[in-house]
Amino acid sequence: MTIDYSAARRATQEVPGIPHDADGPVFAAPWEAQAFAMTLALYDRGLFTWPEWAATLAAAIKRAQGAGDPDTGDTYYSHWLAALETIVAAKGVATHDTLHRYRDAWDHACDRTPHGKPIELRPDDFRAL
Amino acid sequence: MAHDHDHHHHDHDHSELSETELRVRALETVLTEKGYVDPAALDAIVEAYQTKIGPRNGARVVAKAWTDPSFKQALLDDASKAIATLGHVSRVGDHLIAVENTPQRHNMVVCTLCSCYPWEMLGLPPVWYKASPYRSRAVKDPRGVLADFGIALPKDTEIRVWDSTAETRFLVLPMRPAGTEGWSEEQLAEIVTRDSMIGTGLPTAEPKAAS
Repeated sequence: MTIDYSAARRATQEVPGIPHDADGPVFAAPWEAQAFAMTLALYDRGLFTWPEWAATLAAAIKRAQGAGDPDTGDTYYSHWLAALETIVAAKGVATHDTLHRYRDAWDHACDRTPHGKPIELRPDDFRAL
Repeated sequence: MAHDHDHHHHDHDHSELSETELRVRALETVLTEKGYVDPAALDAIVEAYQTKIGPRNGARVVAKAWTDPSFKQALLDDASKAIATLGHVSRVGDHLIAVENTPQRHNMVVCTLCSCYPWEMLGLPPVWYKASPYRSRAVKDPRGVLADFGIALPKDTEIRVWDSTAETRFLVLPMRPAGTEGWSEEQLAEIVTRDSMIGTGLPTAEPKAAS
């Protein structure tokens, strides 16, 4: 796949609040870029439109603010991630339960991986749950 | 699941990922297994933003070392201590070693990508770090790997490969490129790429950074 920079640029135009500079989006950590990349890939695949995504993200932000999020801007991608989990569930791709099971499996993989070794997910990480 | 409680208890027996990182990995795994995303395509998107991720502390450290000889000496003597004096860096770890490129010696770093990869310093790890055959080739045939990255070094330049571990991480201090005389630290930091800090790239004076 070649990278569609114009898609990314369009995303920054259509989705409010994406931290960016003159060239496009900027990220405070690798996981933020990973969350952005997954969203871009799912959009590309036609899973949702940008207005749909913007609405899901706005709802996630509103929920977080209701729960006391300081709204300083540095939690933007936390909301993004929550919105991604929500839209993936809403579109019937994966339920929250499934995501949680995978999260726990990764946590298990983490626990059994000695420091200094790469963390890889194995089938028995699920069996151990 | 909306609650975000990142925890960093420094238990060095096993790996640590934050709550957020676990959720991102869970999503990526599920979406990949169901055929919604291709990990290679995700890597390509993320890699495209390589210079737009993180505090890029390493780039600032290199730029400062290029402009301030006493800082450079302190960095080579004890990188963790020297960087701590800058005050803006978190999680450097106690055992960061800066290795200096010279006309006589080029340094290159390989890493197994454990959970303590110092991305705040070096930025996003390169995708090829995930491939262990490539990593071992880097140790056995560093000149060949560098050639793959488009770097041809003089025959008499020694190449040293450093294996990053949980205990010791490395930062390559590249040579300051010609054509950057009079540049500010900020301009210099712009041209310090991730690849130049792990030794698979060389910084160049690009007009864009000078403007």
